[in-house]
Amino acid sequence: MFAFQIHTDDNVATALEPIKPGRVLIRGEKLKDEETAIEEIPAGHKISLSTIQPGDDIIKYGVVIGKATKVIQEGSWVHLHNIRSVYDERSSHLDTVTGVPKDTRYE
Amino acid sequence: MELKNARWLGYERKNGKKGIRNRVLVIYTVKCSEFVARQIVDRIAGADVELVGFDGCTDNQYAVNLLISLIRHPNVGAVLTVGLGCEYVQPERLARIAKEEGKEADWLFIQEEGGTRRSVEKGISSVRKMQEAIKSARRVEMGFSDLVIGAECGGSDYTSGLAGNVAVGRFYDFLFDWGGTAIFEEIVEAIGLENFLVSRGASEAARNEIQYTYRKALEYCKSVRQYSVSPGNFAGGLSTIEEKSMGAVIKSGSRPIEGVLKVAQTAKKPGLWLLDSTPDPYWMQFGITNPNDNEGLMDLISCGAHLVFLVTGRGNVVGSAVSPCIKITGNHQTYLHMEEDMDFDASSVLMGECSQEELALSLAALVKRTAEGTLTKSEALFHREFFIPYKYQEKQAAVIKSCRKTAQEE
Repeated sequence: MFAFQIHTDDNVATALEPIKPGRVLIRGEKLKDEETAIEEIPAGHKISLSTIQPGDDIIKYGVVIGKATKVIQEGSWVHLHNIRSVYDERSSHLDTVTGVPKDTRYE
Repeated sequence: MELKNARWLGYERKNGKKGIRNRVLVIYTVKCSEFVARQIVDRIAGADVELVGFDGCTDNQYAVNLLISLIRHPNVGAVLTVGLGCEYVQPERLARIAKEEGKEADWLFIQEEGGTRRSVEKGISSVRKMQEAIKSARRVEMGFSDLVIGAECGGSDYTSGLAGNVAVGRFYDFLFDWGGTAIFEEIVEAIGLENFLVSRGASEAARNEIQYTYRKALEYCKSVRQYSVSPGNFAGGLSTIEEKSMGAVIKSGSRPIEGVLKVAQTAKKPGLWLLDSTPDPYWMQFGITNPNDNEGLMDLISCGAHLVFLVTGRGNVVGSAVSPCIKITGNHQTYLHMEEDMDFDASSVLMGECSQEELALSLAALVKRTAEGTLTKSEALFHREFFIPYKYQEKQAAVIKSCRKTAQEE
């Protein structure tokens, strides 16, 4: 299983294929060669490379792409359920798996 | 020879620019004359003859500026404008600009010619004469420092921000260092990156322009309640607009930004430029910022881009009128599945087979071959899409007027 780190400052890497708990090899501008996934992570989604505290920055491309909303253990799936945008409040209220809005009424 | 010193033959233009193609542009000036103009192009069926036009009868300064920028474009050697006869946009005025630029030019009104057949026949004979005339266009040496290149992305997936846009960004750094001009756009897709973008401004004026342009785009996004990020993006693994934005902005590379270009404005000097395609505040909120990928490509070409990059994850087939389009994907499956349309496979960096720098250099080699005359995939398939909408824009980038700052300075 592989994940890609885009910048050396990043605390997340992107899964290049569906990841199951276990050993993940890191490619790209990496500081370590591998990470241990502690849960399933879909392809294209992010895995944490360290334990991240609530309110801490999520770094990808060497820049802040959001803030943690809870403790994110190293090797976890990083997405809508545990990080939020600093700008777009609505996105952290979308369905975690499908991204579909839950705040629009269909009636 | 080293790539940075590569030279090839271009087409010399009166305004001092050099083109990498020598195209005949047939322009319709209203929807009513589109069919005749299209017939002229289709019946000649030459790779160097292509159609653009504006559908509206009521003219729009933005659209007219855009047409003029294409007429002045260095890849264009000749222009035929085709009007109906009662529209606002003036084909004769457009043809006159082409002549002033030292280009072959002609124009006609369908109402004066007397209908479809006569107009098509006259147009065909006019284009054939111009095709002959531009064969003797003077050739002149050019290199990367003469090139203007534009980039945008569409149909993105997670590979776009990891490989496709990264390849463009790293190549843009080379192009900048080699004295060329690089343009990136989609400011509405840079939401969340105000400080990052502003800090890259090459001068106080550039930082002001970037900040104004960013804040205008943010207001626009707020007013339409749309942050250019969709359920499909989230399902694909993007978690925030900042993350998506950075995946798009990475294609600008890492060099300082000289300033902001508006649509149809050419860069005053080489370097890296941000193109603002967002409508300016106006009494009827004129236009949508980025209706489709071809509008984005047309905007870049209007700023003088000799060739354009379209980075895609899911795949795309479009090309563009006036300037060749190089389609790049970081998704290996997409490349294999749509190889007849995709020009460049950037996925090797994700496989760990090459570094970002090696990837960018192989893109530079493709740019050189294309500039030398090798057709891109979309050119060879006769894709020549264009899109010119109604929009409102000021002619130049504005800056934020800050009373407080003036007070501090005093």
